[in-house]
Amino acid sequence: MAQSVSRRLLTRVAFLALPLVLAATLAQAANITLLNVSYDPTRELYKAYNSAFAKHWAEKTGDKVRVRVSHGGSGKQARTVIDGLDADVVTLALAADIDAIAKATQKLPADWQSKFPHNSAPYTSTIVFLVRKGNPKNIKDWDDLVKDGVAVITPNPKTSGGARWNYLAAWGYARDKYGSDEKARAFVQSLFRHVPVLDTGARGSTTTFAQRGIGDVLLAWENEAFLAINELGPEAFEIIVPSVSILAEPPVAVVPGNTDAKGTTAVATAYLDYLYSVEGQKIAAENYYRPVKTEGIDPALMKRFPEVKLFTIDDKFGGWAKAQEEHFSNGGIFDQIFKPGN
Amino acid sequence: MTRGAAGQGIRFVKPSVLPGFGLALGFTLTYMGLIVLLPLAALVLKTASLGWGEIWAIITEARVLAALRLSFGTAFIAAALNAVFGLLVAWVLVRYRFPGRRLFDAVVDLPFALPTAVAGIALTALYAPNGWIGKLLEPLGLKVAYTPLGIVIALTFIGLPFVVRTVQPVLEDLDRETEEASATLGARRHQTLARVVLPTLLPALLTGFALAFARAVGEYGSVIFIAGNIPYVSEIAPLLIAIKLEEFDYAGATAIATAMLALSFTILLVLNLIQAYGRRRYGHD
Repeated sequence: MAQSVSRRLLTRVAFLALPLVLAATLAQAANITLLNVSYDPTRELYKAYNSAFAKHWAEKTGDKVRVRVSHGGSGKQARTVIDGLDADVVTLALAADIDAIAKATQKLPADWQSKFPHNSAPYTSTIVFLVRKGNPKNIKDWDDLVKDGVAVITPNPKTSGGARWNYLAAWGYARDKYGSDEKARAFVQSLFRHVPVLDTGARGSTTTFAQRGIGDVLLAWENEAFLAINELGPEAFEIIVPSVSILAEPPVAVVPGNTDAKGTTAVATAYLDYLYSVEGQKIAAENYYRPVKTEGIDPALMKRFPEVKLFTIDDKFGGWAKAQEEHFSNGGIFDQIFKPGN
Repeated sequence: MTRGAAGQGIRFVKPSVLPGFGLALGFTLTYMGLIVLLPLAALVLKTASLGWGEIWAIITEARVLAALRLSFGTAFIAAALNAVFGLLVAWVLVRYRFPGRRLFDAVVDLPFALPTAVAGIALTALYAPNGWIGKLLEPLGLKVAYTPLGIVIALTFIGLPFVVRTVQPVLEDLDRETEEASATLGARRHQTLARVVLPTLLPALLTGFALAFARAVGEYGSVIFIAGNIPYVSEIAPLLIAIKLEEFDYAGATAIATAMLALSFTILLVLNLIQAYGRRRYGHD
């Protein structure tokens, strides 16, 4: 076990280092280099997308463009940009993180989210449940998560953008079903009483659930759940889609404060625009993100996304800024539900 | 540690066998200033952007207190465990000759060399309910991973080399003759141990304890995987600092960091004083 862990770690490290080494060696051949600062679960997506865009750009303009991607927790990534990392584009898990960059550095306009279609979210996702094969605890919907003896795995909303979607999805469900914010709060509180481990990020939670065998259900991004099944085997896990969930819109933005100085504004904008093309949308779908435009995409590919009633953060929470402040700020509702005696 | 000037009172220029004392002192001060004092000053300065009232409000918040208590408590237990078992390890390595001794001697340093995150992942894999050790403990109702006990184990792991490496040289220097003398004077084994051996080892043991403790208090990488990170239960103070940073609350993060620094410094100072007292009392340097 320990050996396989260390071997897996080694391959993972090698896998992570490889693109860096490649990027470093090929940088000289490239005319343009872009830096895309992204969050954790987009590794596979942008790996595929970057080579497609490079090809497209070379055909269109003859310029060679190389895109480097930095991955990490969404909030941490936002902080590195605030602290001066020269990102040309940011593709993060939450609008709130890009808002934070705009607010702290003025490198983005305050209305950055109106610069691209669909709220600057070229692909969406949602929150689903990953359970062990055969669904031994018979988990069908959100209510089943707070039953006696069910252990739920989710990352910490304070350190993980994905976990905030989990939390808000549960809240939105409970408020509709039980009719008030107080009842929604009670529901979310009892949900978190069923959480034995709060990892700091989405991948950490997946490991806790899948490798360590902790918990009965993992709350996960839909694309993470698919990747986990691909990676760890459909014989071990299955995906359960709840009756209602949240429309997770990971947004993208150009950072003009950096690109203007580097002269990369045009290509950075084209890079994000191309995400909305048929090719870009297809790559998103292939990587288990829901495309926002389905024309021209093989319907067979679309079959992987089950129909589910989705609500948006704007409908239910009045936007990210408000949700962030109310629920996840210091002393906010999430902090309160953990207070002993509450 | 604080030897040298202490015995003679403060005298800056002291005849020395080494030439160029002035230059060396200048280098020492500059180097310490750049590497240690400047970053710490930056930390304190950042905290100072808050008023005293605000700092106090942050560090006395129930959740912060719970995290500080957990960090310092588990670090203390881990350092104490290391003091006992590290002493044992050092004793065996110094006093006995057995095949593979050199290998074990080298293995002691592994927790230094291993990236802490790797240590954390390996320990979690072992102690998780489906891990090699966790599987055996689970039926006994003993949960290690994702509880404070798991934190203690991670901190014991990373702290071990400190005690072994500080005690080892003193043990090597320890005269066997004094032990034999005490035996010929009629002392029993445990009397020899309590009156002769331990007092001599005590300063080194305390140094090892203090180092292991200081290292454990601030430990993040190895703990984060095994802790469980539930607020008020298994959330360590360094994680709370990381959380404050996620909230873009730099001043709040540094306030907790400064509180940890002040606490650690106080504890280390006290340990140092005890050590100095021990040295005077038993006259062993």
